[in-house]
Amino acid sequence: MSITNILVCGIGGQGVMTATEILAEAALSLGYDVKKTEVAGMSQRGGVVTSHLRFGPQVLSPQIMPGDADLLVGFEAAEALRWAHMLKPGGVALVNVGRLVPPVVNIGLYDYPDDPIGSIRALGIETHAFDASAMAQALGNVRLGNTVMLGAMADRLPFPAGVLLDAVLARFGARKPQLVDVNRLAFERGRQAVAAGEAQPAALAG
Amino acid sequence: MGASLPGSVAANRLFLSGNEAVALAARDAGCRVAAAYPGTPSTEILEELAKYPDLYTEWSVNEKVSLEVALGASMVGARALCAMKHVGLNVASDALMTMTVTGTEGGLVIAVADDVGMSSSQNEQDSRYWGRFAHLPVFEPADAQEAYDMTRAAFALSEAHRCPVILRLTTRICHVKGRVQPRERELHEPAGFVKDARRWVMVPGNAKPRLPLMYQRDEALRVHAEASEWNPLYQGTDRRIGFVASGPAYMHVREAFPNAPVLKLGLSHPLPVERARELARQVDEVLVVEETEPLVELELRAAGIACRGKDVLPRIGELAPDVLRPVVAGLLGELAPTAMHAALQTVFPRPPTMCVACPHLGIYYTLAQLRNINISGDIGCYSLGAGQPWNALDSCISMGASMGVALGMDKGRGAADAKKSVVAVIGDSTFLHMGMQGLLDIVWNRGNVTVLLLDNRAVGMTGGQENPGTGRDIHGEDAPRVDFARLCEALGVKKERIRVLDPYQLPVLFKALREETKVPEPSVIITDRPCVLIDHYEATQPYKVVTDKCTGCGNCIDVGCPAIHVTRRATEVKPSGKGVELAFVRIETSACTGCGLCVQPCAPEAIVHAAPEHAVNFLYKKI
Ligand SMILES: Cc1ncc(C[n+]2csc(CCOP(=O)(O)OP(=O)(O)O)c2C)c(N)n1
Ligand code: SF4
Ligand code: SF4
Repeated sequence: MSITNILVCGIGGQGVMTATEILAEAALSLGYDVKKTEVAGMSQRGGVVTSHLRFGPQVLSPQIMPGDADLLVGFEAAEALRWAHMLKPGGVALVNVGRLVPPVVNIGLYDYPDDPIGSIRALGIETHAFDASAMAQALGNVRLGNTVMLGAMADRLPFPAGVLLDAVLARFGARKPQLVDVNRLAFERGRQAVAAGEAQPAALAG
Repeated sequence: MGASLPGSVAANRLFLSGNEAVALAARDAGCRVAAAYPGTPSTEILEELAKYPDLYTEWSVNEKVSLEVALGASMVGARALCAMKHVGLNVASDALMTMTVTGTEGGLVIAVADDVGMSSSQNEQDSRYWGRFAHLPVFEPADAQEAYDMTRAAFALSEAHRCPVILRLTTRICHVKGRVQPRERELHEPAGFVKDARRWVMVPGNAKPRLPLMYQRDEALRVHAEASEWNPLYQGTDRRIGFVASGPAYMHVREAFPNAPVLKLGLSHPLPVERARELARQVDEVLVVEETEPLVELELRAAGIACRGKDVLPRIGELAPDVLRPVVAGLLGELAPTAMHAALQTVFPRPPTMCVACPHLGIYYTLAQLRNINISGDIGCYSLGAGQPWNALDSCISMGASMGVALGMDKGRGAADAKKSVVAVIGDSTFLHMGMQGLLDIVWNRGNVTVLLLDNRAVGMTGGQENPGTGRDIHGEDAPRVDFARLCEALGVKKERIRVLDPYQLPVLFKALREETKVPEPSVIITDRPCVLIDHYEATQPYKVVTDKCTGCGNCIDVGCPAIHVTRRATEVKPSGKGVELAFVRIETSACTGCGLCVQPCAPEAIVHAAPEHAVNFLYKKI
């Protein structure tokens, strides 16, 4: 088996690093060698965050190079567009349609792209877009958005979705057992969002 | 030394960052004292160590003190560790350059983290130089496992040669997680202090006879490095280029050129020159891959070993596989690999911003309103005041520099700046680190500077650590708290020139700044609102914008709070024919903490309290 490269991107405070950590735990549970690295320039202050996860029999460099990512997971639409070139030909983008507009756009120095999801698709990239925030909200807790994102990845990994679900639930099982069931649901919603998109891409176009 | 604790070896491998691995290794090596001043990317080393009950840990006021604490512990025979970011060792270097003469007793490891790639620093410097300058061995781990193993080895080497050992980390070690297999834990009982003035009292008469010992140690370490298991020479089948690499660059080389011979430098100083000669004999050409300065390269050339290095490789930033591949292709006369991926898309930049409701926002809103001031800044979250929308910070150099720079601006000014006021802006932690000496200098030399001391009760920039001004120690337990007003008074600032005020009250702040900048003597304005990320901060009822009332004046946007968003822009043509740009806004109520800053410049009173709502977007962190 070769190395799997997953790039998760978003902005500081969104839970990008936590999501990647859970993904790493799933890969570790299967005995893979795993390396995880963040590029987070002052990420706590609303800056760009990318988290690189590489796993396989033996991982040397922790960094994913442009054109090497199997999966791009975007927690924010414009960020997914920013990192789209990291995907390898045939790589897949899973993107939350939520937008976070930074102050530099608010004060009029730059424009937010009109249609970031459309722009990613225009690059010829298989893209699944969904509103993770809305799905989380529908389940009564916006913080579940993170689990929705993990669910969205579940069928795109070189191991069964259940392994990732176990890693998600293990996080809560110990500390907040009352959240286990609702996280299971959120995970399932994320999974379905991507599966539904495969059946009828237009319906979910962001 | 080295009695093992039964049953302390973890059955499983752990998944640790380089920083966590260094911390665990120090604990497992029986380290008794660990001290640091926070600094990205090194901060988590002490944060992790503080979780272990087995040893003493402290946040020190600055890196020099932390190194001195570690030395004192070593003098009584304890194992000690001190951690810092690269620029921290500049601060600590005065102590370093003499402790290499005294040497150490208990193992002493200095973990110094270089910010290669400069994700959060004011410069990019190569700490391996300190090994050369101070005649000390340098370890360079290439991943988290090595960070663990080399930390353990560094304690042993320190005791074997009775000198401090430098563990050189980079961001790509500190913040990369990998699998780590820990080893058996040792107990290390301090042997006790042995009084010996000729060893520890470094007056010239005592220090001079010790210098030859330092050079003897250099020689012993050189022999050690040549034989060290940390400097393996890996054979390879593709002998056109042989690599010499250290730190994360070693992993990049192995990734990009799996079949090439590589001399891996783990104990990179003193340099194992003979091993490099052996590599050179086996290959057509030697390429040295080191981050960031050409240290190894120059030393190899000086030893008569022909090699390539910074003549073809970049001198700044990380040497990742995508940097290395085209360079090596060029050396081999091959075509550079072509990119198969989608083109890079241009997307707006997302520079770091201050947090929603950060107490610094009011300061910069006010400074941006004042004309005729030169603002000497410092390092911390408040450095962001140099950016949009405030543009109200004119310099940022090194910790505490705002004081001396302000005084120099005052004393050096000619006619061009005669009418300007000089303001210095500094945070609580930075003031205590290295700023208060500068303030003393301002007072003593009768400078005309208005100091803004932003006491947010946290080292905000590095994640909200404690400092002597927060009233808590590294464990979050109650500790003596410095009184900034009394401290400034003790340094000689007149009592009537010291004000403590609330940075959320814009008119008060504006008035105080206007008045103090007019007085031709040192004054200090201390602010007293906590950083929003720490538990002293209390959010109140959030606000919203009544859309019908918003006139689009954009005044609130000048506050710079990230919770304020523009919904619509328009241009209004005044009767004079002049066009005025309008920006209508909304407040992301789920993110707003109710600080009230943006309410103050809103003339039409369009900003009103909102009922606390649920966050509408999980992307916003509710504080
Ligand atoms: C010599 C040195 N040590 C450490 C750092 C890392 N660092 C940058 S700013 C800062 C402290 C900021 O704290 P404070 O002055 O209280 O300002 P705040 O960020 O809370 O606004 C630190 C530790 C540095 N830049 N230089
Ligand atoms: S961390 Fe604290 S000091 Fe820094 S920007 Fe946020 S609120 Fe301000
Ligand atoms: S009151 Fe205004 S400035 Fe303060 S947090 Fe809310 S939106 Fe930001």
